[in-house]
Amino acid sequence: MKNDMTLRFLSVSKNEAFARATVGAFISQLDPTMDELTEIKTVVSEAVTNAIIHGYHNEPDHYITVTCAIEDSGAIELIISDEGMGIENIKQAQEPLYTSKPHLERSGMGFTIMESFMDGLAIKSTINEGTTVTMKKQLTTANSVCH
Amino acid sequence: MSLTTFFTIKEDVLIIRLSGELDHHEATILREAWQNKLREGTVKHVILNLEEVSFMDSSGIGVLLGRYKEIMQLGGELVVCAVNPSIERIFNMSGMFKIIRLEPNEENALLSLGVAS
Ligand SMILES: Nc1ncnc2c1ncn2[C@@H]1O[C@H](COP(=O)(O)OP(=O)(O)O)[C@@H](O)[C@H]1O
Ligand SMILES: [Mg+2]
Repeated sequence: MKNDMTLRFLSVSKNEAFARATVGAFISQLDPTMDELTEIKTVVSEAVTNAIIHGYHNEPDHYITVTCAIEDSGAIELIISDEGMGIENIKQAQEPLYTSKPHLERSGMGFTIMESFMDGLAIKSTINEGTTVTMKKQLTTANSVCH
Repeated sequence: MSLTTFFTIKEDVLIIRLSGELDHHEATILREAWQNKLREGTVKHVILNLEEVSFMDSSGIGVLLGRYKEIMQLGGELVVCAVNPSIERIFNMSGMFKIIRLEPNEENALLSLGVAS
């Protein structure tokens, strides 16, 4: 069986916790391991934070969309999108430790963490139109197949 | 779940105990409070106890590196202790342990700075 949900919320930094907790609650029906749950929450947090800081320059009055689709087989797809400034050089953005905002104490590790915690990461971005990050992960648990 | 911060001072060491989730939102608040403590000028070293931190992402790395630089400038040292495996993974990925010392607990961290606990 398939299931999915979509969240739409303002680019307020308090919503970083809201987004990862909600996605975490949604994927709990697949019985993920604690590690898998932490990984999913972390990548949601990274992508939503990026939308707020980079996509919208910390302006709290724009919208971010998070979609999470799951399958009984344990497949998870996450799509996080903003309609912000976009990324000029995606390849450079993905380099470990690269950040365009060092003055904001960014570590440049967001995309590296997303890549390492998930099975697949795709970034689509257009300058002044926005960014969509799509991530996929196959949970190792077989529990979900039974019920 | 937000982040709670407890500050304690022992000799010239500022001990910071965090509890909760350390993300971008909380890192911004922590940065301010931590900088204010450093500016009071009574401490040299900092021990950051992460035992009660249940979640941390790359924003946590950012705030740690930022304070690391400030503490270095004061001639002090930043020691991180009681890191759980999922946080340790993020530390490893970003090469944090090459520059910041990790201790298993607060007692060891204090001893490493020459303060008897
Ligand atoms: N949603 C986004 N909109 C615009 N730029 C982005 C977005 N996400 C990431 N970026 C760019 O990619 C860079 C790398 O992102 P990341 O690896 O998360 O590091 P950090 O957030 O620490 O800068 C950012 O510094 C920024 O320039
Ligand atoms: Mg980031």
